[in-house]
Amino acid sequence: MPLDEISARWVADLQATGAVREDAHARLHDLLLRAARAEVGRRSGRVRLSGVELDDLAYQAAADAMLAVLGKLAGFRGESRFTTWAYKFVMLEVSAKIGRHFWTRKPTLPLDEADWERIPARFGLSSENEAEWRELMDAFRHSMEHELNERQRLIFKAIVLDGVPLDTLCVELSTNRNAIYKNLYDARRKLRAALVAKGHLSEDAS
Amino acid sequence: MIDLDAFLRTDPQDVGCGEATELLHVYADLHLADPEEAARRYPGILAHLRACGPCSTDFDGLIAALHEE
Repeated sequence: MPLDEISARWVADLQATGAVREDAHARLHDLLLRAARAEVGRRSGRVRLSGVELDDLAYQAAADAMLAVLGKLAGFRGESRFTTWAYKFVMLEVSAKIGRHFWTRKPTLPLDEADWERIPARFGLSSENEAEWRELMDAFRHSMEHELNERQRLIFKAIVLDGVPLDTLCVELSTNRNAIYKNLYDARRKLRAALVAKGHLSEDAS
Repeated sequence: MIDLDAFLRTDPQDVGCGEATELLHVYADLHLADPEEAARRYPGILAHLRACGPCSTDFDGLIAALHEE
Protein backbone atom coordinates (compact mmCIF):
# COMPACT_ATOMS: atom_id res chain seq x y z
CA MET A 1 0.00 0.00 0.00
CA PRO A 2 1.53 3.38 -1.00
CA LEU A 3 2.13 5.76 1.88
CA ASP A 4 0.32 9.09 1.92
CA GLU A 5 2.58 12.10 1.40
CA ILE A 6 2.86 13.12 5.06
CA SER A 7 3.49 9.57 6.26
CA ALA A 8 6.12 9.03 3.57
CA ARG A 9 7.87 12.23 4.70
CA TRP A 10 7.90 11.04 8.32
CA VAL A 11 9.42 7.69 7.36
CA ALA A 12 11.99 9.25 5.01
CA ASP A 13 13.07 11.85 7.58
CA LEU A 14 13.31 9.31 10.41
CA GLN A 15 15.46 7.07 8.21
CA ALA A 16 17.64 9.93 6.93
CA THR A 17 21.01 10.91 8.37
CA GLY A 18 22.42 13.94 10.12
CA ALA A 19 20.35 16.99 10.93
CA VAL A 20 17.25 15.79 9.06
CA ARG A 21 17.12 12.63 11.15
CA GLU A 22 17.80 14.47 14.41
CA ASP A 23 15.07 16.99 13.67
CA ALA A 24 12.60 14.20 12.79
CA HIS A 25 13.43 12.35 16.01
CA ALA A 26 12.84 15.53 18.02
CA ARG A 27 9.53 16.19 16.26
CA LEU A 28 8.42 12.60 16.81
CA HIS A 29 9.31 12.76 20.48
CA ASP A 30 7.34 15.99 20.87
CA LEU A 31 4.36 14.42 19.12
CA LEU A 32 4.44 11.28 21.26
CA LEU A 33 4.97 13.19 24.50
CA ARG A 34 2.05 15.50 23.73
CA ALA A 35 -0.17 12.48 23.06
CA ALA A 36 1.07 10.66 26.19
CA ARG A 37 0.40 13.69 28.40
CA ALA A 38 -3.09 14.07 26.98
CA GLU A 39 -3.77 10.36 27.48
CA VAL A 40 -2.56 10.13 31.07
CA GLY A 41 -4.61 13.25 31.75
CA ARG A 42 -7.64 11.60 30.18
CA ARG A 43 -7.16 8.56 32.44
CA SER A 44 -6.07 10.44 35.57
CA GLY A 45 -9.46 10.24 37.26
CA ARG A 46 -9.50 6.46 37.03
CA VAL A 47 -5.89 5.91 38.06
CA ARG A 48 -5.77 8.37 40.94
CA LEU A 49 -2.46 9.91 39.91
CA SER A 50 -1.60 13.57 39.61
CA GLY A 51 1.21 16.08 39.22
CA VAL A 52 4.76 14.78 38.96
CA GLU A 53 3.77 11.08 38.99
CA LEU A 54 1.45 11.63 36.06
CA ASP A 55 4.07 13.58 34.10
CA ASP A 56 6.74 10.94 34.82
CA LEU A 57 4.41 8.27 33.53
CA ALA A 58 3.79 10.30 30.35
CA TYR A 59 7.54 10.76 29.80
CA GLN A 60 8.21 7.05 30.25
CA ALA A 61 5.36 6.08 27.95
CA ALA A 62 6.51 8.54 25.27
CA ALA A 63 10.11 7.31 25.51
CA ASP A 64 9.11 3.65 25.17
CA ALA A 65 6.64 4.45 22.38
CA MET A 66 9.48 6.24 20.58
CA LEU A 67 11.64 3.11 20.85
CA ALA A 68 8.77 0.96 19.57
CA VAL A 69 8.09 3.25 16.60
CA LEU A 70 11.76 3.44 15.59
CA GLY A 71 12.23 -0.28 16.11
CA LYS A 72 9.26 -1.18 13.91
CA LEU A 73 9.63 1.62 11.37
CA ALA A 74 10.94 -0.65 8.62
CA GLY A 75 7.76 -2.70 8.94
CA PHE A 76 5.37 0.25 8.61
CA ARG A 77 3.42 -0.39 5.41
CA GLY A 78 1.08 2.58 5.39
CA GLU A 79 -2.12 0.73 6.31
CA SER A 80 -2.93 3.85 8.33
CA ARG A 81 -1.47 7.32 8.61
CA PHE A 82 1.97 7.30 10.23
CA THR A 83 0.80 9.40 13.17
CA THR A 84 -2.14 7.07 13.88
CA TRP A 85 0.26 4.13 13.93
CA ALA A 86 2.68 6.03 16.19
CA TYR A 87 -0.07 7.14 18.60
CA LYS A 88 -1.11 3.50 19.01
CA PHE A 89 2.20 2.76 20.70
CA VAL A 90 1.62 5.66 23.08
CA MET A 91 -1.72 4.16 24.11
CA LEU A 92 -0.20 0.71 24.61
CA GLU A 93 2.67 2.11 26.65
CA VAL A 94 0.39 4.27 28.81
CA SER A 95 -1.71 1.16 29.55
CA ALA A 96 1.36 -0.92 30.37
CA LYS A 97 2.81 1.79 32.64
CA ILE A 98 -0.44 2.25 34.51
CA GLY A 99 -0.77 -1.53 34.86
CA ARG A 100 2.69 -1.75 36.37
CA HIS A 101 2.03 1.23 38.63
CA PHE A 102 -0.85 -0.62 40.28
CA TRP A 103 1.02 -3.87 40.75
CA THR A 104 1.09 -4.47 44.50
CA ARG A 105 3.40 -7.53 44.25
CA LYS A 106 0.84 -9.42 46.29
CA PRO A 107 0.14 -12.60 44.31
CA THR A 108 -3.43 -13.64 43.59
CA LEU A 109 -4.11 -16.83 45.55
CA PRO A 110 -6.49 -19.64 44.57
CA LEU A 111 -10.15 -19.20 45.48
CA ASP A 112 -10.87 -20.01 49.11
CA GLU A 113 -14.18 -20.35 50.96
CA ALA A 114 -14.35 -16.61 51.69
CA ASP A 115 -13.96 -15.89 47.97
CA TRP A 116 -16.84 -18.21 47.08
CA GLU A 117 -19.00 -16.32 49.56
CA ARG A 118 -18.14 -13.01 47.87
CA ILE A 119 -19.29 -14.14 44.43
CA PRO A 120 -23.08 -13.59 44.81
CA ALA A 121 -22.61 -9.99 45.98
CA ARG A 122 -20.24 -9.31 43.07
CA PHE A 123 -23.10 -10.22 40.74
CA GLY A 124 -25.56 -8.07 42.68
CA LEU A 125 -27.32 -10.98 44.40
CA SER A 126 -28.35 -9.99 47.92
CA SER A 127 -28.69 -12.35 50.87
CA GLU A 128 -32.32 -11.26 51.30
CA ASN A 129 -33.23 -13.04 48.07
CA GLU A 130 -30.94 -16.02 48.56
CA ALA A 131 -33.75 -18.50 48.01
CA GLU A 132 -34.11 -17.16 44.46
CA TRP A 133 -30.47 -17.49 43.45
CA ARG A 134 -29.01 -20.24 45.64
CA GLU A 135 -29.48 -22.95 43.00
CA LEU A 136 -27.92 -20.72 40.34
CA MET A 137 -24.89 -20.00 42.52
CA ASP A 138 -24.49 -23.67 43.46
CA ALA A 139 -24.49 -24.52 39.76
CA PHE A 140 -22.09 -21.63 39.08
CA ARG A 141 -19.66 -22.91 41.71
CA HIS A 142 -19.94 -26.47 40.43
CA SER A 143 -19.17 -25.26 36.89
CA MET A 144 -16.26 -23.14 38.11
CA GLU A 145 -14.81 -26.16 39.90
CA HIS A 146 -15.38 -28.69 37.12
CA GLU A 147 -15.35 -26.75 33.83
CA LEU A 148 -12.48 -24.32 34.44
CA ASN A 149 -8.82 -24.99 35.00
CA GLU A 150 -6.79 -23.55 37.87
CA ARG A 151 -5.44 -20.63 35.82
CA GLN A 152 -8.91 -19.66 34.59
CA ARG A 153 -10.18 -19.65 38.19
CA LEU A 154 -7.23 -17.54 39.28
CA ILE A 155 -7.84 -15.00 36.50
CA PHE A 156 -11.55 -14.97 37.32
CA LYS A 157 -10.77 -14.23 40.96
CA ALA A 158 -8.29 -11.47 40.19
CA ILE A 159 -10.39 -9.63 37.63
CA VAL A 160 -13.97 -10.31 38.73
CA LEU A 161 -13.69 -10.59 42.49
CA ASP A 162 -10.67 -8.45 43.30
CA GLY A 163 -11.02 -5.92 40.48
CA VAL A 164 -7.36 -6.21 39.45
CA PRO A 165 -6.88 -4.28 36.18
CA LEU A 166 -6.09 -6.61 33.29
CA ASP A 167 -2.82 -4.81 32.52
CA THR A 168 -1.75 -5.19 36.16
CA LEU A 169 -2.53 -8.89 36.05
CA CYS A 170 -0.30 -9.12 32.95
CA VAL A 171 2.59 -7.91 35.11
CA GLU A 172 1.72 -10.21 38.01
CA LEU A 173 1.41 -13.32 35.83
CA SER A 174 4.25 -12.33 33.47
CA THR A 175 2.05 -12.70 30.44
CA ASN A 176 0.23 -10.51 27.93
CA ARG A 177 -3.23 -9.05 27.57
CA ASN A 178 -4.26 -11.50 24.85
CA ALA A 179 -3.44 -14.58 26.93
CA ILE A 180 -5.42 -13.35 29.93
CA TYR A 181 -8.35 -12.20 27.80
CA LYS A 182 -8.43 -15.59 26.02
CA ASN A 183 -8.42 -17.44 29.35
CA LEU A 184 -11.27 -15.33 30.67
CA TYR A 185 -13.16 -15.52 27.36
CA ASP A 186 -12.97 -19.32 27.39
CA ALA A 187 -13.99 -19.39 31.05
CA ARG A 188 -17.02 -17.18 30.37
CA ARG A 189 -18.05 -19.34 27.39
CA LYS A 190 -17.73 -22.60 29.35
CA LEU A 191 -19.60 -21.27 32.38
CA ARG A 192 -22.42 -19.94 30.24
CA ALA A 193 -22.73 -23.22 28.33
CA ALA A 194 -22.88 -25.16 31.59
CA LEU A 195 -25.50 -22.87 33.12
CA VAL A 196 -27.58 -22.95 29.95
CA ALA A 197 -27.37 -26.76 29.87
CA LYS A 198 -28.67 -26.88 33.44
CA GLY A 199 -31.48 -24.46 32.65
CA HIS A 200 -30.22 -21.57 34.78
CA LEU A 201 -29.66 -19.20 31.83
CA SER A 202 -31.49 -18.94 28.53
CA GLU A 203 -29.66 -19.89 25.38
CA ASP A 204 -30.82 -17.05 23.18
CA ALA A 205 -28.77 -14.34 24.91
CA SER A 206 -25.36 -15.55 23.65
CA MET B 1 -21.73 -4.99 40.55
CA ILE B 2 -21.57 -7.17 37.44
CA ASP B 3 -24.54 -8.54 35.50
CA LEU B 4 -23.86 -12.28 35.48
CA ASP B 5 -25.83 -12.96 32.32
CA ALA B 6 -24.12 -10.15 30.40
CA PHE B 7 -20.68 -11.04 31.77
CA LEU B 8 -20.90 -14.63 30.58
CA ARG B 9 -21.98 -13.71 27.05
CA THR B 10 -19.24 -14.08 24.46
CA ASP B 11 -19.24 -13.08 20.80
CA PRO B 12 -17.70 -15.73 18.53
CA GLN B 13 -16.57 -12.92 16.20
CA ASP B 14 -14.38 -11.44 18.96
CA VAL B 15 -10.79 -11.54 17.65
CA GLY B 16 -9.11 -11.07 21.03
CA CYS B 17 -6.59 -8.50 22.21
CA GLY B 18 -3.75 -9.64 19.95
CA GLU B 19 -5.40 -9.10 16.59
CA ALA B 20 -7.32 -6.04 17.80
CA THR B 21 -4.08 -4.39 18.93
CA GLU B 22 -2.33 -5.34 15.71
CA LEU B 23 -4.97 -3.58 13.63
CA LEU B 24 -6.08 -0.84 16.02
CA HIS B 25 -4.47 1.98 13.98
CA VAL B 26 -6.02 0.73 10.74
CA TYR B 27 -9.43 0.41 12.38
CA ALA B 28 -9.10 3.87 13.99
CA ASP B 29 -8.36 5.69 10.71
CA LEU B 30 -11.22 3.89 8.98
CA HIS B 31 -13.55 4.52 11.92
CA LEU B 32 -12.87 8.25 11.72
CA ALA B 33 -13.55 8.29 8.00
CA ASP B 34 -16.56 5.96 8.00
CA PRO B 35 -17.60 4.15 11.21
CA GLU B 36 -20.09 1.89 9.42
CA GLU B 37 -17.48 0.78 6.91
CA ALA B 38 -15.02 0.10 9.74
CA ALA B 39 -17.61 -2.06 11.51
CA ARG B 40 -18.47 -3.86 8.26
CA ARG B 41 -14.87 -4.54 7.33
CA TYR B 42 -13.67 -5.46 10.82
CA PRO B 43 -16.60 -7.02 12.73
CA GLY B 44 -14.21 -9.02 14.91
CA ILE B 45 -12.46 -5.89 16.12
CA LEU B 46 -15.76 -4.15 16.82
CA ALA B 47 -16.91 -7.21 18.79
CA HIS B 48 -13.67 -7.17 20.75
CA LEU B 49 -13.78 -3.46 21.55
CA ARG B 50 -17.32 -3.91 22.87
CA ALA B 51 -16.15 -6.64 25.25
CA CYS B 52 -12.63 -5.66 26.30
CA GLY B 53 -12.29 -2.65 28.59
CA PRO B 54 -8.51 -2.19 28.23
CA CYS B 55 -8.53 -2.36 24.42
CA SER B 56 -11.56 -0.10 24.31
CA THR B 57 -9.72 2.42 26.50
CA ASP B 58 -6.73 2.32 24.13
CA PHE B 59 -9.02 2.82 21.15
CA ASP B 60 -10.78 5.77 22.79
CA GLY B 61 -7.39 7.30 23.55
CA LEU B 62 -6.26 6.83 19.99
CA ILE B 63 -9.39 8.51 18.66
CA ALA B 64 -8.94 11.35 21.17
CA ALA B 65 -5.33 11.84 20.03
CA LEU B 66 -6.43 11.99 16.40
CA HIS B 67 -9.10 14.54 17.25
CA GLU B 68 -6.41 16.66 18.96
CA GLU B 69 -4.27 16.81 15.80
